[in-house]
Amino acid sequence: RRRPGRAGIGRAASGGAPAPEEEEEEEEGCSQLYPGHIPTSPLQKALLAAGSAAMALCDPYRHDMVAVLGETTGCLALPNLRDKMKHHPEGYRILQERPRIRLSTLDMARLRGLPDGTLGREYVRFLEDNKVSPDTRMPPKFVDDEELAYVIQRYREVHDLMHTLLGMPTNMLGEVVVKWFEAVQTGLPMCVLGAAFGPVRLSARKLQVLATELVPWAVRSGRNASCILNVYYEQRWEQPVESLREEIGIFPPP
Amino acid sequence: AAGHCPYRALLARRGGALRALCGSLRGLAAGPETHFGFQTVTEAERREKIYQVFESVAKKYDIMNDSMTLGIHRVWKDILVHKMNPSPGTLLLDVAGGTGDIAFRFINYVRSVRERQLQRKLRHHQNLSWQEIAASYQEDKSKSLGDSQVVVCDINKEMLKVGKQKAQHLGYSEGLSWVLGNAEELPFDDDKFDVYTIAFGIRNVTRIDLALQEAYRVLKPGGRFLCLEFSQVNNSLLSRLYDLYSFQVIPVLGEVIAGDWKSYQYLVESIRRFPPQEEFKAMIEDAGFFKVDYQNLNSGIVAIHSGFKL
Repeated sequence: RRRPGRAGIGRAASGGAPAPEEEEEEEEGCSQLYPGHIPTSPLQKALLAAGSAAMALCDPYRHDMVAVLGETTGCLALPNLRDKMKHHPEGYRILQERPRIRLSTLDMARLRGLPDGTLGREYVRFLEDNKVSPDTRMPPKFVDDEELAYVIQRYREVHDLMHTLLGMPTNMLGEVVVKWFEAVQTGLPMCVLGAAFGPVRLSARKLQVLATELVPWAVRSGRNASCILNVYYEQRWEQPVESLREEIGIFPPP
Repeated sequence: AAGHCPYRALLARRGGALRALCGSLRGLAAGPETHFGFQTVTEAERREKIYQVFESVAKKYDIMNDSMTLGIHRVWKDILVHKMNPSPGTLLLDVAGGTGDIAFRFINYVRSVRERQLQRKLRHHQNLSWQEIAASYQEDKSKSLGDSQVVVCDINKEMLKVGKQKAQHLGYSEGLSWVLGNAEELPFDDDKFDVYTIAFGIRNVTRIDLALQEAYRVLKPGGRFLCLEFSQVNNSLLSRLYDLYSFQVIPVLGEVIAGDWKSYQYLVESIRRFPPQEEFKAMIEDAGFFKVDYQNLNSGIVAIHSGFKL
C-alpha cells in the first residue's frame, strides 16, 4: 500500500527534492511516513490526547493543541472518512490527486472576479471579511498513516469552505456551529468535544440562539448532507453557493 | 510497520553508499561528524541545530524546566551554589547561563553572607565612638554584595534576552553582567575568574574538550571549575523508570506546553549521549584540573563535577 517513490502529502506543493526527505527518513528509521511525521507510541498518544485537551480548554488560542487532539483521537473516525472517500467517485479522485488549498495554489484574482453568489467569490469574501488565510492550517504530525494524514489535512483545509457554505463567521458562535456540523459529518472526537465545550464561553443570549435555532439546523444539515470531503471544491469555484448547498444537502441557514 | 522495513532497508542500502560518499564530501567542507541527539550530523550542522533549539525554547525554558523536573531542578541548582560557597568578593563566570538561574542564586547567597558579616561586625562595634560607627555604615552600605560579581555568558541571543528580562523583573542589577560568547572560545583574558560554572550547558557544547580548556584558561590559579549536568543513573530500576519518563513523557510535555516536540526529543537524546561520570572526570583532568571529583544527585540523574586550577 505504501508506494516507495511517494514522499507523501504535500510533495507537489512543497516541491522539495526527495533526497533530503529520504535522508531524514533513514535517520529516523522506518517510521517517518511523511515530512513532519513524528512517530509516537500508544502511551505518548494517550498523554498527548489528555494534555492537548486540557491545554486547549485552558488556552483557547492554542489552535495547535486542537489540531493535536484531532490527530491523536481520530483513529476510528479517520479510516471511516477515508473509506467514504474511496467509495465515492469524486472522493476517490481527491485521494488520488491530493489537491491542497493554499494561497500559492489558489488564483485569488480570478476567484475575486467571479460573479457574486458563486463559491469562489463567496469564499474569497469570507477570507477577506474575517481576515483569515488558508495557509494557517497545521500540518499533521501524529497520524501514523500517510493517507489518513492527507485526509485530516484535507478536512482542515476544507473548514473555511464549510464556513462559507454554512454562512457562519469566525467568531466563537460561528465556530461552534461549524463544529456541530463537522461533528455530525465526520465523527471526529475533537469536533464532538469542541462542539460540547465551545459554548461554555458564550453569553446567555447567544447560547439561546445557539440551542434553539443554530444547532438543530446544523445537526439536521449534517445528517442530511453527503460527505463534505467528497466534493472537489477546486473544480466548482464557478458553481453558485446555493446550488452547491442543495447538491450536498445543506439546508439554507436561518 | 515491520513489513515495510525490509523494502526501506533495501532503499537505504542502495542510497547508503551514495550517502556515505556525499557525507565524506560534506565532511571535507563542514567538519567532522558528530551527534545531534541520536542523529549523525557534521559539527557545523550540530552547532546550527542547537542554536535553533534554544532560540525556539527560550521563552518557555523556565516553565518547561519546572514541568519536566517537577521543580527539582531548583534544588539541584541550590546545591550547586551551596557547594560553591562563595564569599563576598568572588568573581564568577557562569557559562551557558542563559536565563540566569545560577547567577541569581549566586547573588542571593553572597548577599546573605555579606549581611551576616555586617551583623557580626556590628556586634563588635559596641565600644567604638559614634563617628567611627557612622563611617563604617557609609562604607558598608555601598557594598551589599561586597564587590562580588557574576558574568553570565551565553552563545544564544534569545536566552540572554530572556535572562535580562528576568533580572529586571526580579530586581537584580548590581554585580551582574551579560555577555554573548562561545564556551569553546571565551571572550575573556586569562586568569580572570575565581569560579567557573556551567549548569546544564556543557552537554550542548560541540567540542567539550575545547570548552574545558577555555575554562582552565580563564580561571585564576586557585580557581574552581564546577559543572552541573545530567549524567548516568547507577540504579537499574530507576534507570528504566527514568528512560520511560524521559522518552514517553518529556516530548509530550514539550508539545503540549511549548508546542515543540522536537527540541525536547533532542534534549532527552542528548542526555543519553553525554559521557558518564568517570569519563567526564577524565576529560576534566585532561584539561589540566586537579582534585577532580563528582557528586551524584538523585542516583546519578544529575552530577556535579568539580576541579581546581592550581
